[in-house]
Amino acid sequence: MNQRMNKIGIIIETENGSVKETNFGMITLANRGNAQLYALMGENAASAGASLAEYGITTVVDLGLPEEATVRLNPDVRAKAVVAAVNELGLDGVFGLSSAEGKDLIPRVAAYLDAPLVMDCLDVDPENKTGRTSQYSGKVVADIQLTGDIAVFGIRPNAVKAEAAQAEATMVSLAAGADTSSALSLVSWDESSADDSQVSLAEADIIVAGGRGMKNGDNFSLLFDCADKMKAAVGASRVAVDEGWVPYAHQVGQTGEKVSPSVYIACGISGSIQHFAGMKTAKMIIAVNTDENAAMVANSDYYVLGDLFEILPEIIKQI
Amino acid sequence: MQIYVCVKHVPDSAANIHILGKDQIDENVAFLLNPYDEHAVSEAASLKKANAGSEIIAVTVGKADADKTLRSAMAMGADRGLLVETDAACDSMTTARALVAAIKRDGTPDIILTGKESIDAEGMQTLFRVGAMMDMPVVTNAAGLTVDGANATVVCELSGGNTRTFETNLPCVIGAGRGLNTPAYPTFPDVVKARKKPVETISLDSLGIDAPKGSAKIVGLAPLVQNRTPKEITGTPAEQAAQIVNILKNEAKVIS
Repeated sequence: MNQRMNKIGIIIETENGSVKETNFGMITLANRGNAQLYALMGENAASAGASLAEYGITTVVDLGLPEEATVRLNPDVRAKAVVAAVNELGLDGVFGLSSAEGKDLIPRVAAYLDAPLVMDCLDVDPENKTGRTSQYSGKVVADIQLTGDIAVFGIRPNAVKAEAAQAEATMVSLAAGADTSSALSLVSWDESSADDSQVSLAEADIIVAGGRGMKNGDNFSLLFDCADKMKAAVGASRVAVDEGWVPYAHQVGQTGEKVSPSVYIACGISGSIQHFAGMKTAKMIIAVNTDENAAMVANSDYYVLGDLFEILPEIIKQI
Repeated sequence: MQIYVCVKHVPDSAANIHILGKDQIDENVAFLLNPYDEHAVSEAASLKKANAGSEIIAVTVGKADADKTLRSAMAMGADRGLLVETDAACDSMTTARALVAAIKRDGTPDIILTGKESIDAEGMQTLFRVGAMMDMPVVTNAAGLTVDGANATVVCELSGGNTRTFETNLPCVIGAGRGLNTPAYPTFPDVVKARKKPVETISLDSLGIDAPKGSAKIVGLAPLVQNRTPKEITGTPAEQAAQIVNILKNEAKVIS
């Protein structure tokens, strides 16, 4: 008999000292079962308690990571700390965001626990330990059921809407001085820009993306300006990154980032199967294209048949 | 160096996927070497060039047909192949055990390369399991790899153009990302030569791996279709922009 999860540890991501919005939908998802919810915090445990309790967290766990950034931010060290918490608290479920950070952390946790994992879930049924994820370049949704003592799920950011569910949260601090050794040394990293000018693609609520119709790299400044106004992230089709107009990190699609924003604005993107693989779960798609036969237009919620170089500046002006 | 490259035989990303029953796909489509694994094989070929006397061994777990993917890897530079043959659909925990058993039985890796994920299951995890079982550090989504003696420096891509740089010792497991290199596609003579390179087929059963203590099983598959009814926004560019802004504000409620 496949036992349901009773104690779920949720790996919380913070940014500039506060809990990232995308965590709350993940907590809502974990809260659908009858499990106790533990927030696993690498930092900011003390200050985050109140906002986490609003969504149903009953225990806030300080993983007790060392202050030193090269150690604290090392995904291997963080994974070991999560594993230590799972063992110490007797957790039988682990949730984390399938964000850029999460993709380098959650599979490490599953590997150390030797526990099954479904990454990039669009939905989870905690009672049946079943995660819904996309496969085959986004053409198929698969329901994957996990068995074993511990189940691990990576949740696609923004896949589930957060719903408040007030709870009382208590604090637990795990002993510092746990094993923070790692065969991997983190030597340098880019600080995420504190001015918020770069919204992460995977977690963005709005994405403004450009394709072949952008014509060159300079024109992408239009998208960056537009994104800046909307607090959106800039996405790109494979053509745009292969042409070198923007870095790979902006690519949305089967070989790029897979995203589920509230709104995806596709500018001059025809809409290949591979591109749809990365964004078809967007809640709303707005296509701006000169070609009425573009697949993007046929699969949009709203479309504009027109010149993006006329429409984007107007949008920038009007917001 | 003994360089192992774990590869997977996957349906072409452009293939139409038809679902059979509720948990299988119709495999009567074109299969090929997983695109991320191409970057891993290319990187192995560069390492071999820089370290004379190295050997590249491509390893896969799959049906007999996966031989084709090993041939592709060999056309791109692998010297020989190991096919762990099974008709069963293996989850990541089983696949990792099979890869590790096959590698350990074959030799002593100085480095294990693979793609950061497969484009069929999109699981993103097998390399970490291989690393944990082999007791080797793992770095994924590598965009740059420098090997200097027993030391490796790896640059990884995060989102938004951010990177992280790790240092580690060999042996280690590296998950190739798209930024790692530009695969050099094989010439016709490469393809012909690959046909003559040796592939050892090992049945999964003969490896005698322990049953994992958990599993991931597909219990349902369905086409991912989003039914949308496209509505045209008309007018002058200024009017169209005004309607888009209105939709963002009042319908999607994503801006204020």
